[in-house]
Amino acid sequence: MAGVAGPATGSGAAGGDGDDSLYPIAVLIDELRNEDVQLRLNSIKKLSTIALALGVERTRTELLPFLTDTIYDEDEVLLALAEQLGNFTGLVGGPDFAHCLLPPLESLATVEETVVRDKAVESLRQISQEHTPVALEAHFVPLVKRLASGDWFTSRTSACGLFSVCYPRASIAVKGEIRQYFRSLCSDDTPMVRRAAASKLGEFAKVLELDSVKSEIVPLFTNLASDEQDSVRLLAVEACVSIAQLLSQDDIEALVMPTLRQAAEDKSWRVRYMVADKFSELQKAVGPKITLNDLIPAFQNLLKDCEAEVRAAAAHKVKELCENLPMEGRETMIMNQILPYIKELVSDTNQHVKSALASVIMGLSTILGKENTIEHLLPLFLAQLKDECPEVRLNIISNLDCVNEVIGIRQLSQSLLPAIVELAEDAKWRVRLAIIEYMPLLAGQLGVEFFDEKLNSLCMAWLVDHVYAIREAATNNLMKLVQKFGTEWAQNTIVPKVLVMANDPNYLHRMTTLFCINALSEACGQEITTKQMLPIVLKMAGDQVANVRFNVAKSLQKIGPILDTDALQEEVKPVLQKLGQDEDMDVKYFAQEAISAVAQRLRKLDFPVKDSEEPSAPGADKNHFLRPRGPGEDTGKVLPLISRHKETEWLEWLPRRQQRQPSLGVQVQPRDQHISCT
Amino acid sequence: MQKIMGSHLTLDHFRLASFSLPSSLLHWSKPPPSRTWTVVMTYQQDYLSPCLYPLSALSDIISTVEFNHTGELLATGDKGGRVVIFQREQESKNQVHRRGEYNVYSTFQSHEPEFDYLKSLEIEEKINKIRWLPQQNAAYFLLSTNDKTVKLWKVSERDKRPEGYNLKDEEGRLRDPATITTLRVPVLRPMDLMVEATPRRVFANAHTYHINSISVNSDYETYMSADDLRINLWNFEITNQSFNIVDIKPANMEELTEVITAAEFHPHHCNTFVYSSSKGTIRLCDMRASALCDRHTKFFEEPEDPSNRSFFSEIISSISDVKFSHSGRCIMTRDYLTVKVWDLNMENRPVETYQVHDYLRSKLCSLYENDCIFDKFECVWNGSDSVIMTGSYNNFFRMFDRNTKRDVTLEASRENSKPRAILKPRKVCVGGKRRKDEISVDSLDFSKKILHTAWHPSENIIAVAATNNLYIFQDKVN
Repeated sequence: MAGVAGPATGSGAAGGDGDDSLYPIAVLIDELRNEDVQLRLNSIKKLSTIALALGVERTRTELLPFLTDTIYDEDEVLLALAEQLGNFTGLVGGPDFAHCLLPPLESLATVEETVVRDKAVESLRQISQEHTPVALEAHFVPLVKRLASGDWFTSRTSACGLFSVCYPRASIAVKGEIRQYFRSLCSDDTPMVRRAAASKLGEFAKVLELDSVKSEIVPLFTNLASDEQDSVRLLAVEACVSIAQLLSQDDIEALVMPTLRQAAEDKSWRVRYMVADKFSELQKAVGPKITLNDLIPAFQNLLKDCEAEVRAAAAHKVKELCENLPMEGRETMIMNQILPYIKELVSDTNQHVKSALASVIMGLSTILGKENTIEHLLPLFLAQLKDECPEVRLNIISNLDCVNEVIGIRQLSQSLLPAIVELAEDAKWRVRLAIIEYMPLLAGQLGVEFFDEKLNSLCMAWLVDHVYAIREAATNNLMKLVQKFGTEWAQNTIVPKVLVMANDPNYLHRMTTLFCINALSEACGQEITTKQMLPIVLKMAGDQVANVRFNVAKSLQKIGPILDTDALQEEVKPVLQKLGQDEDMDVKYFAQEAISAVAQRLRKLDFPVKDSEEPSAPGADKNHFLRPRGPGEDTGKVLPLISRHKETEWLEWLPRRQQRQPSLGVQVQPRDQHISCT
Repeated sequence: MQKIMGSHLTLDHFRLASFSLPSSLLHWSKPPPSRTWTVVMTYQQDYLSPCLYPLSALSDIISTVEFNHTGELLATGDKGGRVVIFQREQESKNQVHRRGEYNVYSTFQSHEPEFDYLKSLEIEEKINKIRWLPQQNAAYFLLSTNDKTVKLWKVSERDKRPEGYNLKDEEGRLRDPATITTLRVPVLRPMDLMVEATPRRVFANAHTYHINSISVNSDYETYMSADDLRINLWNFEITNQSFNIVDIKPANMEELTEVITAAEFHPHHCNTFVYSSSKGTIRLCDMRASALCDRHTKFFEEPEDPSNRSFFSEIISSISDVKFSHSGRCIMTRDYLTVKVWDLNMENRPVETYQVHDYLRSKLCSLYENDCIFDKFECVWNGSDSVIMTGSYNNFFRMFDRNTKRDVTLEASRENSKPRAILKPRKVCVGGKRRKDEISVDSLDFSKKILHTAWHPSENIIAVAATNNLYIFQDKVN
């Protein structure tokens, strides 16, 4: 858009070559109302181009009023609009005119879609910084007041996020008013607004004078923390962190702790869950002394809470909590105050609690040192390695590196092996998949000898698993093992076994050989590939199953770059040409693909096939608006948005449905992640 | 007036009753009952010749009725998956008598028939329930559900339209690009009011069984959906995840003895909800206690009277609807023959029991044979919780005044529903001799049933759905 980027103050400024440079802009403006969402979205994203062409004057008087009333659009468009407007100050004439952007953002701040509203608030916050103090009080503060006293709660929730940006720069009198407005939102009738206020309480407290924090914010905080709605009370826990950071130790003890203690014992598990979830932040905010006196006992209670969700959240925090304890006396404290509770959790009735613990418990070994680990933690690890729930065992195995550093993995290996074997043969393929992914890590820590002895057969067994995903993961696993143990090891242990499968009666296993070769050839290098693998691949070109044959073509294409040109010319070329004449359509297609790929490498040699299949550079025209376009032309170009949504929704759903079936309905997950946020 | 989304419907398909209002007001009562009800409007949802299109007529059967929180709007859903929203006529001083009138505001196709390919199941488009959300901005939002999928709809008005293109002139003809010398920014001009309904969220794939209830939580950010065996909790913002809070499915389906029939949140306490079962019991759960509410905190059950025990006892004790009172202190349940009011603090028996149509007790056998015994009647409170309304057969519906203990049977039918007409109380004779104006049990029409009714949240305006007719009645206007 360089043509119009000059000091264009109106259409006239475009001058002599006006038509050429105006046309794309004209298209963009018209497409603001196109029926196709994608084109509207595209136009909105180029709003700055439009504004630049119109000039600051017309942007202010024509474009912005139009945009202010465009709030009927799809969320995506509104979201893009809200985002654009945040960077628009320069385009309306600089900070002096920044207030012109407030009306469209104000209307966006009242739509029902949270993401749009949040984006509008974000842009408003950005623009507020560009206001002069005078303009702030003349334009921005009245806007905040309007939103805060709006009829609908959408506008009032949006207002909550704006107090903290205008407060620091307002005059004393206005500051009083702002605080007053915030107070009233904290006791709003609708829980939506109270939630918004509670979530912004900490942020607002940070910009207030310390006296006001104590005299005004703390009472508000106390009220919100005893709100009748669980969803409001749990947000007060978050505010607790920010407020505690602002206060002295004595003030925390007097003003914040009573509320926090109450929250940790709240009747609703969701509030207690929140305390557990925010525990590390709370611990840092209140400091070591209060942690020792208050938080540790509270944490012990959370670890033996009656609700599994709470115990799981607390279990997740065990390591962080221990890390953040003061160095002095840390070990004793953990041993006496935390470890007994952890021991209980190892045999918890709920598997999510156990697996939460298993994901962090190994981290304790570095904190407690070698002796304590061997004496106290090792029995727990071993117990968890024998746990009935595969997730627990997996979590232990995936964190082995922490223990390896402290006591060496040998201590565990005797128990480790049965656990791994059991997981490797688990009936659920997802479990098998998970353990395969840890194999390279395990191999690295256990060493090649142990691996050859115990685990190698497992890795080979996966290659003939009846689930494709496992076979695929198994081939990738082999590649990683070769990278770790070297080509010599590969040549001796892996390659022969893989190549034997080429004669398997099951064509799926024969194909696995090809997949393995694809994965291994690069790691094994030219010699092994040419001497051992290539003959097998070439032999398989005569397979009776077409799937095998076209995979041969694919494999040849894949390993082509590794082979030397002699082998390509003498051995690969004739086979590919033969496959190119195959009766099966797919085999032919992939053979042609491979031929043209190989041809590129052999370009200097006289390769008879012309690579007509060279992909032609698509005439994609990125600035599509530069091209004149008929009215009906754009339909059908972009996939209808709705159908795409449906499809992805469905796809996302599928795996979950599979997961859900076994334990029908009892889907226990940390629930607050979606419940707590407004 | 309206825009119909994705639907073949137009307003022509509906015949609205005329609104010319006779001035004479007849009084029907002797002795005077507590209220007199006049017809405000009837609305028939059918095609011009229903006999020619019997299937279409079936799809017109209204399957749910619900006022919004202000009573300004009334939504109905039908078997054809459509939602029709009525808006109350704006009050005007010189036409006081018209103030109860409701006009069609918007009509849209909420659900379409679907087929679940994985389970080889047809999914009906019938709207099982509609629930309004508290108003959050100028638009209105409602949840509608069929057997499997809950949808959140936005109903909004638009009265401005952008005008002016750069590349087209006023008639829509393309302009020559060479003649474009100035840029035009579109200008918004007023236009006729357009109401549009847009689907905002689709909450799908979470129910294996049929959804029977949806209920919005008082925290305004979650709602629950209940099917025969499970209750799920959703966040309005999140469609790909829901949380199961109740699951009564036994490990072995042969051990199944009861199903969930209805569920509702407490109107003020965000953590409390109740669900009723086919065994005639109600469980109250506290979501604070635990993430899974499989264990109830209260269990409401009336001990069975052994003298009334019969083959049908279990069927007729099944609860078809449960509703919290507006105050949140009582719950009301409807079973086949009675309406019961329970005090939340008394679990062992209801505080009040009202007989809806006790005269059917002798006819249970034939009602079982024609499947009527499985009809799911709903029940509603009036705005102040002092009156209860529920439906019956023969287009009769019943009201019970909890204070005066008086009750009345009224009839919703096209014959006596001229606007402004006053409803006469009906009486069903039980004994041998039939008085004039009475109707004998044997001549009741069991195909005409009133399952769905709604009561305006603050005024005495009721909406009654009788198959494909919607009637709106109002307390006598003086």
